[in-house]
Amino acid sequence: MLELKHVSKTFNAGTINEKVALNDVSLTLEDGDFVTIIGGNGAGKSTLMNAIAGVYRVDCGSISLDGQEVTKTPEYKRAKLLGRVFQDPMQGTAADMQIDENLALARRRGKARGLKWGVTKAEKEEYKKALSALDLGLETRLSSKVGLLSGGQRQAITLLMAAMNDPKLLLLDEHTAALDPKTAAKVLEITDKIVEEKKLTTLMITHNMKDAIKHGNRLIMMHEGRIVIDVRGEEKSRLTVEDLLDMFTKVSGTEFASDRAILS
Amino acid sequence: MLELLNALPSAIAQGLIWGIMAIGLYITYKVLDFADLTVDGSITTGACVCAVLITNGVNVWVCLLVAFLAGALAGLITGVFHTLMGIPPILSGILTQLMLWSINLKIMSSRANVAVSGRTLPVLITSLDVPIAIVIVLAFTAAIIALLYFFFGTEMGCALRATGSNEKMANAQGINVKWNKILGLMLANGLVALSGALLAQYQGFADINMGRGAIVIGLAAIIIGQTIISLFTQNFAFKLFGCALGGVCYYLVYQFVIWLGLDTDLLKLLSAIVVAVFLAIPYLKKQYFSRPKKSKATVGNEPPEAPPQEDAAEGGQINA
Repeated sequence: MLELKHVSKTFNAGTINEKVALNDVSLTLEDGDFVTIIGGNGAGKSTLMNAIAGVYRVDCGSISLDGQEVTKTPEYKRAKLLGRVFQDPMQGTAADMQIDENLALARRRGKARGLKWGVTKAEKEEYKKALSALDLGLETRLSSKVGLLSGGQRQAITLLMAAMNDPKLLLLDEHTAALDPKTAAKVLEITDKIVEEKKLTTLMITHNMKDAIKHGNRLIMMHEGRIVIDVRGEEKSRLTVEDLLDMFTKVSGTEFASDRAILS
Repeated sequence: MLELLNALPSAIAQGLIWGIMAIGLYITYKVLDFADLTVDGSITTGACVCAVLITNGVNVWVCLLVAFLAGALAGLITGVFHTLMGIPPILSGILTQLMLWSINLKIMSSRANVAVSGRTLPVLITSLDVPIAIVIVLAFTAAIIALLYFFFGTEMGCALRATGSNEKMANAQGINVKWNKILGLMLANGLVALSGALLAQYQGFADINMGRGAIVIGLAAIIIGQTIISLFTQNFAFKLFGCALGGVCYYLVYQFVIWLGLDTDLLKLLSAIVVAVFLAIPYLKKQYFSRPKKSKATVGNEPPEAPPQEDAAEGGQINA
């Protein structure tokens, strides 16, 4: 489904601020994999995701999605194969547009946009159903501007949008980190439900070790631009936070230094 | 007083013509969130093209069409400067504007102005017959609003709006942001040039300096119009209508100030100050007049600002 071969990315190369964000990363995802990614600040998690999405080009290595080589494909063309949710709830939706218009934009992802209506009547019914499944009371507010909604509501809508048209890969970049705990739990619950229903191949970054262990069938830990831990299946389901910390100390030679991940 | 009343119909006609320009500017300024200074040049381009063609015996409708296309071409250049060459929006517009100065002169065969006599040439509108001019420009305005309202409801128009509203999101939804910016700039400057073409016919000449400060008049029309319209509705078609209304209000005030005996040399200074004040209001409100929430205020010496989002996120995680 997703195949990264020897991907490297360095920011500000040759300057005092040089930062190796990805260091020879190779990763293969199978169809239907739900992979969680953890790691401290600057470990390269977000860079990995942005490299897959095509936000910037990688320095070397190759990326292929669903059998297509996309290493040099611009971001908006890769979008056809991807669904994305960002950390900041404000970034996944267009605040000045209505809920149904936002959903309709996602519905047309990867398709030619012509002079047909931006939102059809039939679609509106469909969106109502999808929104009522979220159980956030949004189904009656189809023509509200998204900017009027809360962060959690916007993130839930972004999830719906990302999952539309069954993307080949769903990219979730710490999509609950900016929400309060209760809303975060709700959004995670919706995430599980959507991924389960549509059988989406998913890559989810999280700061929360418990969440990383609880969700998905495979866990990756990154450190200094490399994948240092990769556990899956049976082994992953038996994992505890303590195990993870021990493993991390062993492979990296340092203590895991993110209070945020441990305390939560 | 009679003098003022006599001047009003002409003010309405001019205001409506500038209103079309403001509608074009609305597309870049409000929908695309792109401060496009090309308009100072493209409104003159529209006027020059129309004046030269019409004096050469070309059908007036063809003149208007070619003027629109010339404006769209100007928008294309600004768009290419910005999207493909990475030049910031304002500078892209200024560069095109400067290029247009030379081009406009060449269009008029190096003359500073070209007369378009309403008496001898088959013009569509002229200040010699103001009521007819008002009716025709109103019809233009209505048609443009209807077309734009339709366009922004289509898939293509929604993509353009999404580009202006949230570029990152537009990219993630497979929208070619660069192309949409170029498209918006072309559409906007086409309309601006069309308004220039109408203006040249109405006032009876095209002049190399007629576009100077056009963006300020356009912004003034947008601001006045949106202030009035937002009292009644948020409907997009009415917002566009607000631009036309704003243009008319601007010229009514303009006539009134002239009637009061103000030195006309000072008009641009006043326009710019008025626009600056209105543009500053949202910022000033936020900066100086927003009160800290009561719960925070009672805590005591703590600064009233909300904590940065990153911290808020961390707090949430730790409490989980």
